[in-house]
Amino acid sequence: MRMATPSLDFMAGRQIAGILSIVAVIASIALLVMNGLSFGLDFTGGSLVELEFAEAPALESVRETLVNSGFPDAVVQAFGAPTDVVIRLAQDNAPKTGDDVFSALQAAGFEVELLRSEFVGSAVGEELREQGGLGLLLALGIVMLYVAFRFQFKFSVGAVVALVHDVLIVLGTFALFGLDFDLTVLAAVLAVIGYSLNDSIVVSDRIRENFRIMRTNDPLKVMNDSINQTLSRTVATSSTTLLVLLALLFLGGELIHNFALALTIGVVVGTYSSIYIVTVALLILNISREDLIVTTVEGEVDDRP
Amino acid sequence: MIQRFSLWKTIVVVVSLFLGALYGLPNGFPDDPAVQITSNRSTELLGELDVIRAEEALKDAGLTSLAREFENSQALIRFDSVEAQIKAKSVVQKALGSDFIVALNLAPTTPEWLQSIGANPMKLGLDLRGGVHFLMEVDLEAAVSQRLDAYASEIKQMLRKERIRFRSVDVKPGGEIEIRFLNAETRAVGIDRVRSEYTGVFAYREDDRDGAAFVDLLLAEGEQANIEDYAVSQNLTTLRNRVNELGVSEPLVQRQGQNRIVVELPGVQDTATAKRVLGATANLEFRLEALLDAPARETQQFQFRTNERIAQLERDIITTGNSVSDARSSFDENGMPQVNINLDASGGRRMADVTKTSVGRRMAVIFIESRTRTEIDRQTGEQKQIRYKEQGIISLATIQAVLGNQFRITGLDNSREASELALLLRAGALAAPIYFVEERTIGPSLGAENIERGLNSVIIGFVLVMAFMIAFYRGFGVIANVALAVNLVLLIAIMSLFQAVLTLPGIAGIVLTVGMAVDANVLIFSRIREERMRGLADPQAIRVGFERAFVTILDSNITTLLVAIILAGIGSGPVKGFAITLAIGICTSLFTATLVTRLFVEGLFGHRHLPKWAL
Repeated sequence: MRMATPSLDFMAGRQIAGILSIVAVIASIALLVMNGLSFGLDFTGGSLVELEFAEAPALESVRETLVNSGFPDAVVQAFGAPTDVVIRLAQDNAPKTGDDVFSALQAAGFEVELLRSEFVGSAVGEELREQGGLGLLLALGIVMLYVAFRFQFKFSVGAVVALVHDVLIVLGTFALFGLDFDLTVLAAVLAVIGYSLNDSIVVSDRIRENFRIMRTNDPLKVMNDSINQTLSRTVATSSTTLLVLLALLFLGGELIHNFALALTIGVVVGTYSSIYIVTVALLILNISREDLIVTTVEGEVDDRP
Repeated sequence: MIQRFSLWKTIVVVVSLFLGALYGLPNGFPDDPAVQITSNRSTELLGELDVIRAEEALKDAGLTSLAREFENSQALIRFDSVEAQIKAKSVVQKALGSDFIVALNLAPTTPEWLQSIGANPMKLGLDLRGGVHFLMEVDLEAAVSQRLDAYASEIKQMLRKERIRFRSVDVKPGGEIEIRFLNAETRAVGIDRVRSEYTGVFAYREDDRDGAAFVDLLLAEGEQANIEDYAVSQNLTTLRNRVNELGVSEPLVQRQGQNRIVVELPGVQDTATAKRVLGATANLEFRLEALLDAPARETQQFQFRTNERIAQLERDIITTGNSVSDARSSFDENGMPQVNINLDASGGRRMADVTKTSVGRRMAVIFIESRTRTEIDRQTGEQKQIRYKEQGIISLATIQAVLGNQFRITGLDNSREASELALLLRAGALAAPIYFVEERTIGPSLGAENIERGLNSVIIGFVLVMAFMIAFYRGFGVIANVALAVNLVLLIAIMSLFQAVLTLPGIAGIVLTVGMAVDANVLIFSRIREERMRGLADPQAIRVGFERAFVTILDSNITTLLVAIILAGIGSGPVKGFAITLAIGICTSLFTATLVTRLFVEGLFGHRHLPKWAL
């Protein structure tokens, strides 16, 4: 592989990248406000039945059967394979609904096998929603504290801006395509926070180091060199992570499809944001050598030869 | 050669590799589908003959078993397929009858020497092996009000017995018991008596109005919490008993939070029965029919369950299903279903006390069930759960003689109702009503499919990453791949050792760990390359590369670890599985990158110039 450190001028594109990011974030917020997330069963409460039909049924006739059996608001969708059908029912406090749907279809002569049936009470859904939101905020808060403690306040702002940017774009994409947002996707979003942060820290770490050793006060040069020096690592790690995510996306099955999708988007955006968002945020905050010298004196011992 | 890499680090690596391989090994032995037979009654244990009877029946049904074990009056028969196992369950159940519990089971095939050192395979979550997950909520309000009703009833009986005259004992909506005495003197005596009987349970507030002496009994501080706590733990016990009666192997019945209970039943197919039995709040009450001249506030009107007839019963309860020590369903002389009931000592005594003075009067058996219905608020459109009690008389019969602790009840609809009522009475009533707030059922075929998909993603992901690493880092890539394999083995070993539950998101966590675990190696290798380019000699570049990269690795991993811990803290079920896998994966990848990779790199190249193919 290429042995020389590349010397691409990343910072030249910072204005374009900044505009791009701002547009993407605003569009995501607008989508979240207008379309909203299509929350899955975990968060809304309700019932869901996944059935496997012996042969691919006409969804319309399934729907009709259900309407006639007293489920007027049943939503019938194919799930992955055409023989695999998911039926969603609105919030209802009768946990027997899943079984009733199953037996109604059996009685109507469909040859079906019950793959899964879920019921979530509205109170539980609400709690999960609250817990999820709380978890996101908590994760961001703790991460900000840690980075502020280990690095410097300006870095933690940079890292958190990057995280918010990544999370919003992932959520915005889900809102745009109306993808189901359930517990596993929430887990993926939190994992995106972990991943994106990991990336941001590697870049920040190098920026901090270069500010100390480079005899220059030009932050643009420091940023460019830092990004270039870490580029091969950024590419390698993002690639391996994306490779396994693609494996999950295509082989993992419907249940974790959205989970893998959220992470895939998150890893791509996270890689981009560690290059542009962190650095641009640091530039806006006027990061300088002086900011970091203080940390050196107080903090770690420089053990370089 | 390995001077730089100290001896103790080498020992740590070798030992952990050995332990990892040892404790990861059991996962290589897939479980056998099996049926497990245990006795239903403590008096009649499973014997050798019963097992032989079961085997005969299996032979007649054309089912061949792999092996059978019989130990501690518990038998395990193994099969080679899930289909055979499911068929065998019903065959054996039919052959042995209802005195024995026949449960589906996954029997480990781990060699004994591994089991003896505590090495067992990971447990599979419900989404991988199929089964039902229930989350139930205990109605604490009802628990408290039920207890107050019981107190009021007991106090009334006590005061009457002690001939302390009172006008009324009522439970008021605010959660207080109001006793109305004739005058202050009897009140003083009454309070003394109640206080000595219920030490520390109540706070007393005296009040004189309407020419009578009142006292309000308020629950003392902490008493409400005690009642609630008792209700939840009592319900836990009851649910455990019921789950055992259902015949499920390796069930999980666990408290979650203040008032919730999780029940997980792996391998259960018949979810409808499971739900009916677990959620049944059915209980019995025994009351005397009210005398014609009884004052209205002492009586309560009840309807029969099956017809429109009504009856006036006494408010006082003789005893409830809670004092039933055993119950069996059978048929009476006319072939109608009945339940034979044994009361425990105190229930039997109360029954004898009451019936002694009431021969010739009629006693009612009341069937009580808590239910919910959904109502929609017309203004806000919000849905509310309305909880209500359904109660009806199942029998009203003349007391022929003094009843002891054994009698029978009739008037049930059919034999299924009789046997379920017997089961519920046997397993114990719920101390407070419970409601299903979440339910997830995964069919066995989806479970098997999930395992296959998960395994495929792990394997393909692993192979892709290995190929990439070799293409990108050549010789060092091979070392990183060895570290990655070690990482996977350690991850599986730790999960097995702690008996963590593997779920589908957990597998996703493993896959993600595989992708992210190479990051530490990547950081190190990139750094070594850089240091070489800066002109450092190879061995030195390697040493400096490891040292410089370590701080970065630590920082980036700790933050991810923090996120994983938050996720494990807030997440439930599958999400928790993902978070735990991720957290363990981060720790093992830290270990392998900094120790295993370093051992190999320094061992192989620490002393010489790096050959061209190495990096």
